Amino acid sequence: MATAILEINSSPGESQALPRLKYQRVLPGFGITLGFAIFYLSVIVLIPLSALLFKTLTLSPEQFITAVASPRVLASYRLTFGASALAASINLFIGLLLAWVLVRYEFPGKKFVDALIDLPFALPTAVAGIALTSLLAGNGWIGQYLEPYGIQIAFTPIGIVIALIFIGIPFVVRTVQPVLEDVEKELEEAATCLGASRLQIFIKIILPTITPALLTGFAMAFARAIGEYGSVIFIAGNMPMVSEITSLIIIGKLEQYDFAGATSVAIVMLVASFILLLIINLLQAWQRKRLGMKS
Amino acid sequence: MSSNKLSTTPAHAVDESPWVKWVLITLALFFVFLFLLLPLTTVFAEALSKGFQVYLQAVEDPDSWSAIKLTLGIAAIVIPLNLTFGLTAAWAVSKHDFKGKAFFITLIDLPFSVSPVVAGLIYVLVFGANGWFGGWLIAHDIKIIFALPGMIIATVFVTLPFIARELIPLMQSQGTDEEQAATVLGANGWQTFWHVTLPNIKWGLIYGVILCNARSMGEFGAVAVVSGHIRGQTNTMPLQVEILYNEYQATAAFAIASLLALLALLTLAIKSFVEWQQSRIKRIYA
Repeated sequence: MATAILEINSSPGESQALPRLKYQRVLPGFGITLGFAIFYLSVIVLIPLSALLFKTLTLSPEQFITAVASPRVLASYRLTFGASALAASINLFIGLLLAWVLVRYEFPGKKFVDALIDLPFALPTAVAGIALTSLLAGNGWIGQYLEPYGIQIAFTPIGIVIALIFIGIPFVVRTVQPVLEDVEKELEEAATCLGASRLQIFIKIILPTITPALLTGFAMAFARAIGEYGSVIFIAGNMPMVSEITSLIIIGKLEQYDFAGATSVAIVMLVASFILLLIINLLQAWQRKRLGMKS
Repeated sequence: MSSNKLSTTPAHAVDESPWVKWVLITLALFFVFLFLLLPLTTVFAEALSKGFQVYLQAVEDPDSWSAIKLTLGIAAIVIPLNLTFGLTAAWAVSKHDFKGKAFFITLIDLPFSVSPVVAGLIYVLVFGANGWFGGWLIAHDIKIIFALPGMIIATVFVTLPFIARELIPLMQSQGTDEEQAATVLGANGWQTFWHVTLPNIKWGLIYGVILCNARSMGEFGAVAVVSGHIRGQTNTMPLQVEILYNEYQATAAFAIASLLALLALLTLAIKSFVEWQQSRIKRIYA
């Protein structure tokens, strides 16, 4: 790669012109780094992912429909998407509360709580799964107080929701926290001077500012939840039609060497993930626009 | 309060009443206790429920020991691979301009939106007995699925974005001025990277590596699909936890799980330290 940034222009027509600044790549290594990165992405991600697509294209439409729309698979979609939506909605409130408390208030152990928020990212999902199961089982620390009232959480769809709440906690907190930190106190002060109550200020000033971040966090938690496997299978009970998530359906089909069926269901999940990815990107663009307009 | 009168606004004017404040804090701490602290504590309590001797036995069991070694081995291969990718991708994206950059960055994030089980499945379709290269691999007696190579590739897939997505925004924000200066003064590419870029991205690099490490040691779904669960051979620690738990050896399962939980706590500690370092650096240069 050439390193010259100054080039004296010596073409006859412009001989009197000053030395002209000409942009050239100054820093070396562009070709080799981009080349390697694209090669690596292709081998690890793009080519294998395309295998999923090509495998689906070899199936007849009937085969595909039978695989993705059998009653047992449909029940798993309802459970997976329903439990994920419910868990993400609950996380919306828990996440907002945690972000608010961490940004606005001082209390002992705040740093510890702040660090602990990321535990679901750091703790392997299988560990979270068996821990939650043993907590909520009939003889567990929490389960033993619920059992006398006939409340069963482990091995039911409620257990799945609990596991999905656990793995989704960091998303809303970590998307809302930085935005909440940047909310201009002056606006709140002005509103207070004009006689607004704290609740009015929260609803009319703070909430609109953090709405894009809240929705982004919700969508991320939801996207993570629909693909979640490790933390759910221990607590779910995995009863067909009742507490069997879609990821487990894929694994079940694979174990029976039903590659066509597994691929078909996987494509449905992949399309759902990509739609969510698109929504998340749009939400983030909206958020940038919001914040950009303010400053 | 008298000392506050000179400041523009009394602090309490835009704060909630102490009553609301403490209710919110209590509620938040209650959730943290219930959803985060209690599950974490359970892992260690269950692991040690039958005494330290039983705990040690569970960890020293040959199958568990081989799972621990396999997990460490996979991480030791996966991290350098994704580190190389992260550095090259970040160098290309942040120090150069090219068409389709935004699309390239989106592609890097792709593995995060693919569910782990689907991630495992795609390699079965490519390398499995009935897959694209299945026949060729069997003819040459090469095992990828249900063997170590498959587990490594699946782990590389799920951890691929961590280091790159940490480095790209960091290196973009630092621009190219320092590297250009080094180059003009005669440094070659390696010297520029080693003496100028690397010291600037040190903390971001560590951050990405520990997140990549935590996920690669803890990955369950993707590895479960390609491992085949062969005891003592293709069982990583999370898979060993599953097997022991399903065999009603809860104490042994939690003993292995406690090691993974310790890793998670260590990860959080290093992460907090790095964040503190970064905010300190930001304050100095602000």
